[in-house]
Parts: sequence; structure tokens; C-alpha cells
Amino acid sequence: MKKILGILALLIVVCILTACLSSSFLSAYNIENVLRRSALFGILSIGVAFVIITGGIDLSLGSVVCLVGCALPWLLTVQHWPLSLAIPTVAALSIGIGLAHGLLVTKLRIQPFIVTLCGLLLYRGIARGFTRDQTVGFGNEFKPLRTLATGKIPFLPGFDIPAPLIFLVVVAIVAAIFLNRTIYGRYLLALGRNPQAATYSGIRTERMTILAYVISSGLAGLGGALFVLDVNSAQPVDFGNFYELYAIAAAVLGGCSLRGGEGAIVGVLIGAALMQVLRNTITLVTEKNNVEFAIIGAVILVGVIADELTRRIAYRRRTAQALRQTITSEA
Amino acid sequence: MSLPLLEANRLEKSFAGVRALRGVSMSLKPAEVLAVIGENGAGKSTLMKILAGVQSADSGELKVDGAARAFRSVGEALSHGVALIHQELNLAETLDVGANIFLGREPRRFGLIDERKIRSEARRYLDQVGLSIDPTTPLNALPIGQQQLVEIAKALSVNARVLIMDEPTSSLSGHEAQSLLKLIDTLRSRGVGIVYISHRLAEVEAIADRVEVLRDGENAGALQKGEICHAKMVSLMVGRELSQFYPHQTLAPGAAILDVQELRTATHPKHRNSLTVHAGEIVGIAGLVGAGRTELLEAIFGVNPPVGGTVLVQGFPLNTRSPQAVIKAGVALVPEDRKHSGLVLEMSVRENISLATLARDQRLGFLNREREQSLCQEMTSAMNIKTPSADQPVQFLSGGNQQKVVIGKWLAAAPRVLLLDEPTRGIDIGAKQEIYRLMDELASRGVGILFVSSELEEIIGMADRALVMHEGRIRGELKRAELSEESIMNLATGGDASHGSSIVQTASPFSL
Ligand SMILES: Nc1ncnc2c1ncn2[C@@H]1O[C@H](COP(=O)(O)OP(=O)(O)OP(=O)(O)O)[C@@H](O)[C@H]1O
Ligand SMILES: [Mg+2]
Repeated sequence: MKKILGILALLIVVCILTACLSSSFLSAYNIENVLRRSALFGILSIGVAFVIITGGIDLSLGSVVCLVGCALPWLLTVQHWPLSLAIPTVAALSIGIGLAHGLLVTKLRIQPFIVTLCGLLLYRGIARGFTRDQTVGFGNEFKPLRTLATGKIPFLPGFDIPAPLIFLVVVAIVAAIFLNRTIYGRYLLALGRNPQAATYSGIRTERMTILAYVISSGLAGLGGALFVLDVNSAQPVDFGNFYELYAIAAAVLGGCSLRGGEGAIVGVLIGAALMQVLRNTITLVTEKNNVEFAIIGAVILVGVIADELTRRIAYRRRTAQALRQTITSEA
Repeated sequence: MSLPLLEANRLEKSFAGVRALRGVSMSLKPAEVLAVIGENGAGKSTLMKILAGVQSADSGELKVDGAARAFRSVGEALSHGVALIHQELNLAETLDVGANIFLGREPRRFGLIDERKIRSEARRYLDQVGLSIDPTTPLNALPIGQQQLVEIAKALSVNARVLIMDEPTSSLSGHEAQSLLKLIDTLRSRGVGIVYISHRLAEVEAIADRVEVLRDGENAGALQKGEICHAKMVSLMVGRELSQFYPHQTLAPGAAILDVQELRTATHPKHRNSLTVHAGEIVGIAGLVGAGRTELLEAIFGVNPPVGGTVLVQGFPLNTRSPQAVIKAGVALVPEDRKHSGLVLEMSVRENISLATLARDQRLGFLNREREQSLCQEMTSAMNIKTPSADQPVQFLSGGNQQKVVIGKWLAAAPRVLLLDEPTRGIDIGAKQEIYRLMDELASRGVGILFVSSELEEIIGMADRALVMHEGRIRGELKRAELSEESIMNLATGGDASHGSSIVQTASPFSL
């Protein structure tokens, strides 16, 4: 909980600063836009959080976003597949990718970093292959389908809720319940800390790890579909580029430890929002984004340092309190 | 009277939620063995960590050779000649033995690590602790007892004037412990001051010049050389006398509940081991460290699947490739190495106790939190686990209390067959007796218990029957009446069963 408070404070500070520096930050249009981006990235971040909790990493999800983001319009507009076939195909594709990652990591014991690094290269390569590096898109078709990502739900006069936010809320609630209320969530947290002790307690650690990779790739697939529906077309060369880094950064800012066994969905959501607000701030305030990565890198560093410091202070305070309590109880 | 080597006055230390030391004082003279004893959580390890610079005291003073010092790091303590062997192993598992011994102090030649010197020096220190292994063996290839000896060799290599040993014998077999005591004797005659922590009071009696007793973070009394005896130590530690230490009553055994037939473990695939445990029976497995006892239990439990043979529980064959299936059949294993296999250190007492029973108590996959809570309460009081709250991460409990959490986790599973691997390792004498009572009670309720122990006394006191292993196979079986240190040691060291006068020639199920 403490971890979440720190990052929440950081998010609020960044929002207030940006609002002071740029008048357009608080415009309904901009807020809707930031919410839409945060929702899409939030879905990816929740996915990768599960893998990080097992002590692994998923570098491939930007490429999965690209693969699904290219495959969906390509199947529909170039191959003229019916929707009822194209959607299950991309879903199966992303889940299959997760399954493959999980099997390689658990059964062959290849390090997650390597497995998913190869995935990162492989899936983008495949997408560039079948599209022949050409941009694929929906053009003017599939308007109803695209409202899944572009749609707005009227909320306040002059302010609508972007549709992807609904997806995010559903995913986040299911993920939070899964992680905190089911035995499987507890298994993931336990095996992330100590896989051997988990095995000795009768937990099927391999299955649980595979499940985490499936969740990660599956949500990356969902994200990829929503991204392409949102922007209408995808360029295989750079669609989804670096998205894995935004997602991993969001998860880590939100309290997931890369050592495994730690993480909360709420934190990941705030982390994802912070990343998008920052990108928005940079565009609004500097009107160019060539310094984007430098600023984001610096903020993540500050966030992680602040988190470590607050934890130390909290620990010291608890110690002092314990001392006072025992002294007064003995007096 | 020589000046104390090391002196501590009114040390205070608190952790989040716990006041571990409340004004503890002690002193150590050259060529003296000071035993520090006390119940689990009394503050022994905390005191030692402060003496060795691992942690710093909140207040109080520390003197070395009469001059006040405050160690801010282990390096500083080492430079004053104070070395600590930790209760929990602190070695780099992927490095080899030699590299571990000289970690951070590698001898160099032309700026490069001098591997030859490491090897020859390491061998010297390994010889001193009686370990005949090659210094280039990777550490994680060694069983935990031998790792402990490597840790001791490492401490010797710094030529300390003050050597602190926090439960060095807890994972050693009786034989290895004996040679360690001899080594301590040699060090003492060289003028080294030694602080020795152990829950094995017989060792303390044998080696200590003085005993300092801690209770709840305070000095509870001291015993001089002439006064050191078992009864006095116990009464200072627990504040009462302990009557009838081993409570076990042999019952008429029921039907066979665990039947192991020609089991071959991956480590000793050549040997086929068979054994039977009946309902209500306590069977001990004795043997030296490395005799294959842990491997046998782990093969039955399915975490290290056997390469051959069958295991029957109540007549039904077990799937020994799946710990889940084995647990479901009513078998539980309390593993030897709590840090690696027994506990998720960062998780709370509650989460650890419930970990093996979550699946049983689930409601459609959801956690059953009330059940989890009540189970934790039940086990903390049954096992008398000292913790500020159920939410305390187990890494902050004392070693003995951690062990109780592991046992509690498996008692929660209400097993029919209980496999215990060194169940009382690092447990204080009061708690030990609680565990023995518990074993007796479980047996009287019809549970079959198979326990591995390196403490001969414990085997003799608790087992209805003991199997003795040597180099991967069961050498023989001893009935309760035949149990003695000699009969066990004879078999454990590979002696022929027929040599011991009171030893039965083992019958066919125990393949020789
Ligand atoms: N890092 C820590 N954080 C919080 N509490 C701690 C920490 N280290 C020790 N404690 C607490 O301090 C008390 C004393 O612990 P210590 O390890 O010194 O006991 P001990 O006498 O060595 O016991 P044992 O015989 O079980 O090893 C215990 O209650 C323990 O829970
Ligand atoms: Mg201790």
C-alpha cells in the first residue's frame, strides 16, 4: 500500500505541474486522449506484471502488439476473412505465443529474457514478412468494430469516457481478484519468491508460470487489436515499438519487483497512467518529443529511488515505535 | 587475569515490532569457550550479529581488548579479528568451495586471482574441519552438512582471535559434530576465544568453559565451569525443570500405512531400498550426513522423483512424480532445509502456514480467508510460535521459530504419513519436547511417522524402530530395545550388521 501512495503522489504532482504549464492539459479532449492511451497501455502493463511477479520478464509484447495489430487488418481487408474467423485466429495466436514462451521457460529452462528477446525479433519479423512491410489498415470499413476502441460513452456534458477504459476496468478487476483472492494468485506470489519452497508445498509451479506468460501475451494481443482499431492502420516497421518498455516501466513503478513475488494491480494502473501523462506533458510543454526518453528515464529513476527511501524511513519509524511500545508496556 | 578479548555492555536492539535485546552484557577471554544458550528467539543470533558487525546495536558499548569500538561492517569486525559463522548458511552456491572460502580475500599473483594458492590453502582448512573434498567442487553439489563445514573452514581461514559459531552443529551428524568439537579444542589451546551457540546441551557440557544464558533478550544467568550441567542449563533457559524428556510410548502398530518397495533414488540409483511404516508407528532413519536419507524422503514425496520402485500408501500406489498427488494421498514432508525448501521467507507467518493447504480449503479457486486465519491461529498456539503477529514475514523470526512454522504448515494438512527431515534442527529444548509430544500424539492417532535425524539420542528416545543408512542404502534395522549409540554408529559407518551383538540380521525386505 505504501508503495502505491508514493507513485500516486508522483502522478498527482506531475498532473498539477503540467496543468500549470499548459492550459490545454485539462481540456476534455486532452483528458479523454490521455485516458484512452493509459487504458491501452494499462492492459499491456497488467499482462507483463503477471510475468514479473513470477520472477520473469516479457520483452516480446511490443512485437506481439505489432503482430496482432498487423494481422487483424491484414486478415480482414487483404485476405477477406470473416470477422468470426479473424478474431479467434489472432486470439489463438497471442495465447499460443504465451504458451510457447511458458513452455520454453519451464520445460527447457531457458531464461525468460532470452526467450522473449527472441520473440521480440521474431514476431515483428513475421509481421513485416506477411505484410511485405506495407502499412495495413481498415480504411473506411469496419466502423462498428472500430468503435470498440474509438467509441465514447457520454459521461458528463462535454466529456466522454473512451471505450478502451471499459476494457481496462474489466481486465483490472478480474486481474486484481485473481491475484489477491484466488489460490492461484497466492501461488504466483509464492513461486515468484521461492519456487523451490512452492514446489515442496505441492504447488505446480511450472503450470502457474506458463499461465503467467499466457496472460501476458494474451493481454498484449488484446492491446494490439485495440491499438490498431484505435489508430486505424499499422505500419509493421514501428507499430508497438518500445511498448514492452513502457509496460515494464509501468509495472515496476507500480510496485512490481523484478526479483519476483511482489506486485499489485492498482499500482500497475497508476504506473501506466503516469507514463502516459508524462508523454503527454512532454508533447504539450516542449512541443517536441525528442527528449521524451530522457525525461521518462529520469522520472522512473526518481520514482524508484523515492520508493526505496520511503520504505527505509517507514521501517525506521516502525522500529522506534516498537521500542516505545515495549518500554511503556513494561513501565 | 587477562584482559577480556571482547566485552559487550548493556546492548539494546529493536526491530520493527520486536525488542530483541534489552540490555545484554557478556565478555570473552582469550583461550575460552563461552557457550551462549537460550530458547528460540531469546536474542542469541542478534547478539552475535552485533558482535561481528553485521548489525549495529541501538545502544550499549562494545569493547575489543579493552578499547571501545563500534563495528559498522563485517570487514571492520574482521580487521579486529572477530569472525562469525552464521546460523543460516551464507555462501555463494554457484561458486566452488575454494572460491567460497576466500570470497572477498582472494590471494593474488600479478594482480590476478591465484587459483593454485586458493586450492592448496583451501585444502588445508578443509582438512582441519575434516572434510575430504576437492576445493573445486561447486558448493551446490554438497549436502547441507558439508556446506556448513565449508562455512567453518572459511571462518578458520581469516585466522580470527574471536570465533563466533551460531549453531554450527545443527546440520552436522554426530560424527562430524565430534570432530568440530575437537577442532574447537585445538583453537582454544592456540588462544582463540570462542563463542559457541547450540541447542545441543550435551555439546555445551562437553566443550564450554562458561555458559551465558539469555532469556527474552536479557541475561538470565551464567554458569562457571564446575556448575555446568544439563539440569541447571535447562532451568535457567526455560525457568522450570523438564520432566521425562522423551514422551514416546510404543503402541501396538496398526496396519502398514506406508510401504516403500525397492525404491531407487536418482543420487544412488544402484541401491534398492524397501521399508514399511505402520499406522501409529514412529520409525527413525539414522546415518551420517550424505548417507542418502534426505534423498529417500524426497523420492517418496515426489519432489525428487525416484528412478525405480514403488511406494504404496494404505495399499494404493503413489504417483511419485507429482508432489500434489502424494500430498493428496495424505503424505507430508517437513524438509531439512527450511530456508530453501520449507519457507517463502518474505511471506507472512499466516501465508506460509496455509501454503500447502490452500488447495484443500479453496472455494471454487478462491482463498478461504477465515479458514486460513483460524488455521494460522491454531498452529501458532499449538506450536507456540513466537511472532509479533500473523502478518510478520517469517524472515524476521528467529531460526527455531521459523522451523516451527514449517512444521505447522504440514500439521495443518493433517497427514496420515508424516515424513520429517531433521525436525528439531535449531529448536530449543522446550520446543523440542513439544515436538516430541506432538509426534507421540500424532502416532497415537494412527499417523505413521518416518523421521530422519542426526541426533542419535533423538532416534533412541523417539523411534519404535530405526533404519540405518550408509552410502545410499539401508544397512539394517534396529528394534527399540536394540537401539544404542554403538549399534547405530556401527551400521552407519558401514560396519557389518552381524558384528554388533544385539543387532538382528536384517530380513529380506531390507535389501542389502
Ligand atoms: N531482522 C529482524 N527483523 C525483525 N525481527 C527480528 C529480526 N531479527 C531478529 N528478530 C527478532 O528478534 C528476536 C531474537 O531473534 P534471534 O534470531 O536473535 O533469536 P535466537 O536466540 O538466535 O533464536 P534461535 O535459537 O531460534 O536461533 C526474535 O523475536 C526475532 O523474531
Ligand atoms: Mg539464532
